[in-house]
Amino acid sequence: MSKLWKWKQGTQQVGFKDWLDGKKDPFLNEVEMEPKQEKKPDAKMLRERLRDRNLMYENLYDANKNKEIRLFEKIFPIASIIFCILFIVLMMIMVSYLPPVGNASNPDNNEVTKRYIENGLQETGAVNIVTGMILDYRAFDTFGESNVLFIATITVLIMLKVNKKKEKTKAAEAQSDRLYEPKNDPILQFAARLFVPIIMMFGIYVILNGHLSPGGGFSGGAIIGAGLILHLNAFGFEKTERFFTEKTYKTVCFAALSFYCLAKSYSFFTGANHLESHIPLGKPGAILSSGLILPLNICVGLVVACTMYTFYAMFRKGDF
Amino acid sequence: MVYFTYILMAFLIVCAISVSFSNNILNSVLIFMSYSLVMSIIWILLESPDLAITEAAVGAGVTSVLFFVTLKKIHAIRGDEENE
Repeated sequence: MSKLWKWKQGTQQVGFKDWLDGKKDPFLNEVEMEPKQEKKPDAKMLRERLRDRNLMYENLYDANKNKEIRLFEKIFPIASIIFCILFIVLMMIMVSYLPPVGNASNPDNNEVTKRYIENGLQETGAVNIVTGMILDYRAFDTFGESNVLFIATITVLIMLKVNKKKEKTKAAEAQSDRLYEPKNDPILQFAARLFVPIIMMFGIYVILNGHLSPGGGFSGGAIIGAGLILHLNAFGFEKTERFFTEKTYKTVCFAALSFYCLAKSYSFFTGANHLESHIPLGKPGAILSSGLILPLNICVGLVVACTMYTFYAMFRKGDF
Repeated sequence: MVYFTYILMAFLIVCAISVSFSNNILNSVLIFMSYSLVMSIIWILLESPDLAITEAAVGAGVTSVLFFVTLKKIHAIRGDEENE
């Protein structure tokens, strides 16, 4: 049992609590985390490699000598074209069996659609039926989607994050960040100064008006994320680090997701037990209306914006 | 308006085919980007502006930017290097 909670790192024992506190990483020095330095080949090795390579090419990949390769090269394009055509024909046959568009007896023309269109405004209080559907009738699905985004970001963090404890040199940082890009590009900076506030305002507008006009948490969050990426591109990591770090990401995502979970749990609990939820639906059309939809929209928007920005930062530098 | 939709549809098909036939990987990403833009216009014509906003922001914006960053990381874009 004690082996489960303690393991060796180098020479010293590491406890489970140390790992929980983030002091030790059990995988450090145990699992290959970063690419190894390439071995510099000397002249003899190079010659040997070249000889082996030529030998291999002569015996294996030369179409004149190897009969199988010749056969494969002839058959492969024909087979791929035939496969593509077969697939297209299969799909076309499939489509021909689908019911015609606009037919009254289609399976999608059932009581669910009717209920959404007729009672949607009354039951959810959202003028925009789509948002009412996404964040009220189908709120559980949206919660799952937000969690998928969060998990995707965590996966990217695990795969691309650079080890922070290592001392980074200036050259390495430049190589990992912007090698061929001009720093402080005046055109980009002017455009960013002009557009970033407008993009941000538009994103916030889309999120806050999610229940009144087209849009909602996901679209608004994506717009805000794109604005953040533009700002980062123009002014570099020093400027964005002032308001967005790893800690910001963790706090914002955790708060948004747990608020979503708690709020929706409450409304599911009251709905399933036929209790009154005490959340006022308000007057349809007002900005403060439709109950939980506005706060949930804000939560989804925050998670999406943070995810977009984090993806970009991870892809580019491997750090915030 | 119907003809406009047909033109956009034809553009979509041309884009989809030329992405796979383009030799330059950077051009492929740019064509993919224009595909997303045209797709967002089609979403508006299909009366779903929600999807149009999302498509324009995610498909044309963020995804392409991520593609560019990845291509730069794997040294598939070499334009600046050769000019200097």
